[in-house]
Amino acid sequence: MSEHEYTPKSKAGKWFNDRLPLLTLGAHLTDYPTPKNLNYWWTFGGILTFCLITQIVTGIVLAMHYVAHADLAFASVEHIMRDVNYGWLIRYIHSNGASMFFLAVYIHIFRSLFYGSYKSPREVIWIIGLMIYLLMMAAAFMGYVLPWGQMSFWGATVITNLFSAIPLVGDSITTWLWGAYSVDNPTLNRFFSLHYLIPFLILGLVVLHIWALHVPGNNNPVGIDIKKPSKDTVPFHPYITIKDAFALLVFMIIFAGFVFFTPNVLGHSDNYIPANPLVTPAHIVPEWYLLPFYAILRSVPDKLGGVILMFSAIFILFVLPWLDTSKVRSAVFRPIYRQFFWILVIDVLMLGYVGAMPAEGIYLVLARVGTIYYFLHFIIVMPVVGYLEKTDPIPMSISEPVLTGGAEPSLARKVNDKV
Amino acid sequence: MIKSNIKLLVLSFLLLISLKPLQSAEMADPIKVDWSFKGLTGTFDRASLQRGFQVYKEVCASCHSMQYLSYRNLGESGGPEFSEQEVKAIAASFEIEDGPDSQGEMFTRPGKPSDKFKSPYPNVQAATAANGGAYPPDMSVLVKARKGGANYIYSVLVGYEDPPPGVTLDEGVYYNKYMAGNKIKMPNNLTDGLVEYADGTESTVDQMAKDVTTFLAWAAEPELEERHKTGVKVIIYLVLLTILVYLSMKKIWSRIDSEV
Repeated sequence: MSEHEYTPKSKAGKWFNDRLPLLTLGAHLTDYPTPKNLNYWWTFGGILTFCLITQIVTGIVLAMHYVAHADLAFASVEHIMRDVNYGWLIRYIHSNGASMFFLAVYIHIFRSLFYGSYKSPREVIWIIGLMIYLLMMAAAFMGYVLPWGQMSFWGATVITNLFSAIPLVGDSITTWLWGAYSVDNPTLNRFFSLHYLIPFLILGLVVLHIWALHVPGNNNPVGIDIKKPSKDTVPFHPYITIKDAFALLVFMIIFAGFVFFTPNVLGHSDNYIPANPLVTPAHIVPEWYLLPFYAILRSVPDKLGGVILMFSAIFILFVLPWLDTSKVRSAVFRPIYRQFFWILVIDVLMLGYVGAMPAEGIYLVLARVGTIYYFLHFIIVMPVVGYLEKTDPIPMSISEPVLTGGAEPSLARKVNDKV
Repeated sequence: MIKSNIKLLVLSFLLLISLKPLQSAEMADPIKVDWSFKGLTGTFDRASLQRGFQVYKEVCASCHSMQYLSYRNLGESGGPEFSEQEVKAIAASFEIEDGPDSQGEMFTRPGKPSDKFKSPYPNVQAATAANGGAYPPDMSVLVKARKGGANYIYSVLVGYEDPPPGVTLDEGVYYNKYMAGNKIKMPNNLTDGLVEYADGTESTVDQMAKDVTTFLAWAAEPELEERHKTGVKVIIYLVLLTILVYLSMKKIWSRIDSEV
């Protein structure tokens, strides 16, 4: 944190900074030495911060008009869409914003997996990030319940019922979660309360996430430790801020495309039917970003087994830094692991696809194969490949392969590769 | 290698978000209609909206509610855009229950533009009981609440047929090839010449189905025209800003020996 001493120029600034060093913090954030070879996959941290703030701001406005009551929630959402000034815009930004948030977080997570950003000394950043991801899923799930449409109601019923699989106390826990004997008004009320709370918990964790990041500094596509500050780094401002701004704007164009031209394509049409406890929809499916886990859940014939496997799929990521035995961070220098990385990406996409399909026939087979590979990847592939793999030679510094190039021309090209 | 994988990744994602709706085998794909409100700059056909309102009022409204719409919406921009007098006259043609008054009594009065559309039945149970056990769904957001949207609604309206041999239907059940399971409890209410259009358009079944579907599409998304217009402006603004920021970025990064 202390690359240099910062002293405010003005007397008032110095007076204040001695009492609360906010100006020192500002100077640190501005000067923060960042590897100069970060590619565009590294811009998603900034994009995610934007997503979180967007969700909080639009959410606060929506909460001013929304009514968390089983008889009024659906009508209040229509009130927002029809009568509140630009209510349709605020709601569509919020609902599509959730999808954009998850799109960005998945890219962010897979970037970390590819470049080994979860490895020493960044384990704590990774774990805080996973906690953010868990809270995001909870917030998104509860948010989807609030419009009190058919998919809201039945999605809530399916997910809360998972807890009834716990032996002995399962039913009591489920009743406790519901606040009733089925998903009902008390459930909606507490989901609204928690949905409003969680984003601020996420915000707190984001501060810790960035704080933990600023201790070792950014990983980079080459994955090597760098001296900070040095000719391998650039100050965060203006180099990274302008690059993040550019990437964010491209992201916002896609975001705006969804909001203005296909605002409902990522949702489910059944959620425009008011919740009806007496009519079960033909297919109950969660939002797209939860589908891979839904596929894992349904791939097991036993309910408790499915629940355990689904939660394991997330919690296994927490021990990832210790499952990966490779001393090399970046997959750029790991020819074998790199192949498995892409298999994992395709595996997760396939799980997402079959999660949207009925759990029968070929879809069930694919879900099972996908689930087995998912766990094999982390439990077997990562430790074994890390141990056996012959990695490519690693450059001494970021500048070296770019500037000298000579010794390892192929390597220089790889490092230069702006993925 | 990495680049081709990314292409695969993008393709897979597109596949993921474009999943075809699950359909039962005996359900025909909805007819694709070239609606004026489709596309990035789509707008509603004003005359069709007004005709569609007429069909709704004279045919659908006897069973279906539209409880989230107000009469004033009929005069707002982006909708049927009836004149203020017309909206007042439409609203006044309905008897609305109001109250309680200072004596604690409920009373009826002619409707005002600020009133919500009057529902044909006092509650869901009454509507269900009066329609052979099938609740005629509220039509405020019906187009958004059905897979296939406007195409689906239009297809069902024109999809009535005699049942094929071997299919027997219970009393009060009708055959419709676009409906899931091909069975629908709503009778075929549209016949050629059923309504007399104020603008002289010939009221064929197809014309009425298109008009009322257009009306329902507007009812479900009254913001559609404003959304499209704003969207085009927002995208243009963002693209220009992106170009400026890109050029600034190139300039800033040119100070050091690294590519961006």
